[in-house]
Parts: sequence; structure tokens; C-alpha cells
Amino acid sequence: MDILQSGAGELIQPFDLDEFREWNRTQKSRKLVDKRMSEQEAVSQFVYDGCYIGTELYGTVRAPMSLAREVVRQSKKDLRVCGQGVLELDLWLAAGLVKKLDITYIGLEVYGTSSALRRAVESGQVEKCVEWSNGAITWRMKAAAMGVPFLPTRSMLGTDTLAYSAAKVIEDPFTGAKVALLPALVLDVALIHVHRADKYGNCQIEGISGFAVEMSRACKRLIVSAEEIIPTEEIRKYPDRTIIPYYLVDAVVHAPYGSYPGEMAYLYGRDEPGIKEWVDMSKTAAGAQEYLDKYVHGVKNHAEYLELIGKERLQSCVELRERRE
Amino acid sequence: MSEQTYSKNELMICVAARLFEDSTTCFIGTGIPMLAAMLAAKTTAPNLVPVFEFGGTGAIMEELPRAVGEARTWHKGISALGICDTMETAQRGFIDYGFLGGAQIDPYGNLNSITIGEHDHPKARLPGSGGGNDVGSHCWQTVAIMQHDARRFVPKTDFVTTPGYLTGPGAREAAGLPRGTGPAYVVSTLALMDFDPSSKRMRLKATHPGVSVEEVVAATGFELVLPESVEVTEPPSAEELRLLREEIDPEKLYV
Repeated sequence: MDILQSGAGELIQPFDLDEFREWNRTQKSRKLVDKRMSEQEAVSQFVYDGCYIGTELYGTVRAPMSLAREVVRQSKKDLRVCGQGVLELDLWLAAGLVKKLDITYIGLEVYGTSSALRRAVESGQVEKCVEWSNGAITWRMKAAAMGVPFLPTRSMLGTDTLAYSAAKVIEDPFTGAKVALLPALVLDVALIHVHRADKYGNCQIEGISGFAVEMSRACKRLIVSAEEIIPTEEIRKYPDRTIIPYYLVDAVVHAPYGSYPGEMAYLYGRDEPGIKEWVDMSKTAAGAQEYLDKYVHGVKNHAEYLELIGKERLQSCVELRERRE
Repeated sequence: MSEQTYSKNELMICVAARLFEDSTTCFIGTGIPMLAAMLAAKTTAPNLVPVFEFGGTGAIMEELPRAVGEARTWHKGISALGICDTMETAQRGFIDYGFLGGAQIDPYGNLNSITIGEHDHPKARLPGSGGGNDVGSHCWQTVAIMQHDARRFVPKTDFVTTPGYLTGPGAREAAGLPRGTGPAYVVSTLALMDFDPSSKRMRLKATHPGVSVEEVVAATGFELVLPESVEVTEPPSAEELRLLREEIDPEKLYV
């Protein structure tokens, strides 16, 4: 079959279907074992220098911020990072931990472009940016989740986004129409924050699921942080709500306010001044470092971080939560 | 005619809001498109179905979302699913409109939100496609909302992130993009533009009140198609301004 066009971007993490199947057979236990551990233990055990890593959902929304801060605290280097983010990936970029990006969007949303991304990319510290659309990167995970080597799409056709991706364009063998092929994507490590999990890693989410379904099935190691750890009997009462079953999960971290200063639907809202503090301080490298010194390196762990933020402030975010009424 | 004063942003949001048709599905990006959608839902399009890429469909937008994933994007909504649902809904032809922004736009409505300068050694690294490319690829019609100046309205964008009509008539279809899709309007701080049906080039449709055709031409870095008669957009009504200032953006993030 003729390849009509090949994106010039590097395939940052080549995919081998049988190797992934073998991994899932031999490295992912089906045993019900207690996987609870601290952020410190989970990051130290599963995140390593040079790994290909991604986060879900999105800096200010159900984001694994306590885990993201721990990655900075342990200074995991040369990370190859997949996807899109706001605060979580900004922290990694500002700390100089990122070597390559499969990038869809890194920005501060309502507050504009990311100064940390600009500095890291424009200085050449990030060596490669391979471009994808949000749809494309998720379908790449979906392909891996389906156990197929690629998925066709009509996204990205005709654009520089495709030219600087690692997608390929072929003629559809059935119709002759042009179609883009997205290679399956398997992360070495994925970080996902959820509303509740049991000690084995069965997870339930409230509100939109973002790409938790796809990412949790497209990774070799999955660290889950949860607002609440609940008994398995509670999980089993609502199995329709379990979108991540335990056998996908390697570590379960209890992280109340784990998405702070971002929001967690129905539990707490965004801390707007807290988000703006990063927006303002990250405008300069020195300011970003000062922020990291205070909120990441200046505290030992998530519990100390929450103490630094203070109960009153956290409670004010609870008052701002989305309500079912 | 309103005697009230208003900002360029407020006018742009009002003109964009009036483009929403009632009972249509619309993909909404962060920022100005959210304000326009909220205004439309409170005025001419009460049955608008906003779709936010990370999974929220049909929200009642009582408060301005500040991110495309926050709970306000499915507040009292119809469904709260995931990004595959929304993107696949667009890909199979269920999304009527997409509202987009960008740092640069060219005569064919192609948008850049990735880099200024050369991609591998950029002068400025912008956030990236996000869902923009998907929206521009799959929605039946797209509307771009832009600040209007010659640095943004350029003959050729430094990077084509999101497809407009690419290089002209037939180019989208030749690239494999869905038949019958493409940019419909561009709403700027100076004017409302559409696209000439035969050349697929941007065409001036209406100037905003107090703005001359010459000013629009001077602020555009390429040759705009000029029709025989150019309309003038309606200024914001007192009610539109009240809704924007008091109900939609009381924190004055945009207005």
C-alpha cells in the first residue's frame, strides 16, 4: 500500500502490539492486593528518568496535582511527556524535567499562553515537539486500548499539524479516500486522579470522564490518586460507575484535595487566586523557581502542602463546588 | 440604536452571538466563544446545544466556564461523557458549528495556534492545536473569532494548525477532509467577514459601527474580497450589554 504522506515528527514511543500484550499478561497482576501507598512511594517506584509519561484530566480539572508535585520533588529527569495540560505540565516544564513532547495543548486557558512552555521550548531545553490534536492523541490511546496498531481518522488532514506529527496518510483500501493513520500510543506511566477508589484500584469518577478510560488502558504503569478510599463493597454496589478496574492499576494514593488548586466536580471548585499565583509567578524563570521552592520543595509531602494552603482556604473552595440541584 | 458605549470585545462577542442558530449543536472553545455562546443562549438561541471537548454536552451555562473541562461545561447538562464521545460525534457529522480562535488567520481561514517562526526553532511557542484542528476538520461550519490587525490577518500563517479552505476551492476535499465543511464566518474587532463561494477567500461582509472599509483593509495583511455593498453590524443593545456585564462576565475577565 502506498503511503501518501508521512508526518516528519518523531514517533516518540514506538508501539509493539505483542510486547504490550505480553506485558499485560506477565506484569499486570490479576490478584486482589492492597496497592495503597504514598505519593513519595508511588513516584519513586514507578516514575523513572526518561520515561514516557502522561497525566489526566487537565491542570485545573480533576488533575493529579499531588503526584505532579511529587515528580518535581523527586526531580525525575528527561521525561518524554504526552498530551495536554495546564498547571501540572507547567510545573514539570518550569523545573526543567521535560525532554520531548507529544503536544496537543499546554496553556493557561483563560489566562493565556504558558510562559513555562515558551521558555522551555524557545530555549531548546525541550528538544522535540511532535504535534497532535486533542482528538488524535486520545484516539492514539484508544487504539492501544483496543489492542490494535493504529486508528484511522480525518483529523489533521491537509495541515502542518499532520506534517509535524508522526501520523501517516494513506488511501483507504475500501473507498480510495485519503485517511490519516494514528499510531497506537502506550505510556510507560500514567497519572490519573479520581473521586474514589478501593485499596485494590477500582476507580469511580463523577462528571466527565475526559480520557481516563483510554489512558488507563494505554499504559504500562498506572498511578491513581483518589479523593477518597472506599470499601470494595461500596464499589460493588455501583459497578456501572467503575471505569477503571483494579487490574489496570499499580498504585493507589489517597490524596484529598489532590486536584487543588484545580477543581474536583461536586467536591471543591477552583481556587482562582491560587491558579493566578502560578500564572503571575511563572512569567519569569526566577518567579517560577520561587513558586516551586515554596509549594513543592518547601514541603515534604501532600499533607504538608495542604497545611501550607490552610483549612480555611480549602473550605472556601468546597463552598464553590458544583452542586447537583 | 443604543446610546451606550461599549468595548471592541463586547461588540465582537455580540456579533458572534447572533451567528448561533437555535437548536443547533456547537463546539465551543475556551474564551470569547464561551461568552458568545452564553449570550446566544440567553437571547436568540435558547435551545443551543453547546458541546465542550472533554465531554460536556448541552450545559445550561449559568456561569462562565474558565476551562473546557470544568463542571460548568456540563452544569445541568444532557450528558457528561468523555473526549472520544464529543470528537467522534463531530467526526460523524453531528456538530453543526465550531467556534475557534487563533494567533493568525490567512485568506482561506486557515488558523495558527502552534508556533510563530520556524516550528523547530520558534520565535514564539503557542499552546498547540488542542481540539482546534478536530473542530476545524469535522464541524459542518466554523466561525473564527479574532482581534483584527495585520500581524494576525496574514497572507500565509507561519503554521497551519487548523484547516480552513487550505489552498482554495476543492483543497479540503482533495486532502480527505469531510465534504461540505469549512469556515463560514470570521468575527473580528473591526468587522464581520464571510467567504467568497467561488474563490473561498475571505470577504468583507459588514464593518462594525464607526469603522470604515479602509480601516479594515489597512488592518488586513492580505487582499480582502470586497463586495459591491458592505453592511454595517448592529451595535450591542442595552440588553445584550447588561447580560454580558451583569450575568455572563461579572468578574470582567473579557468585557
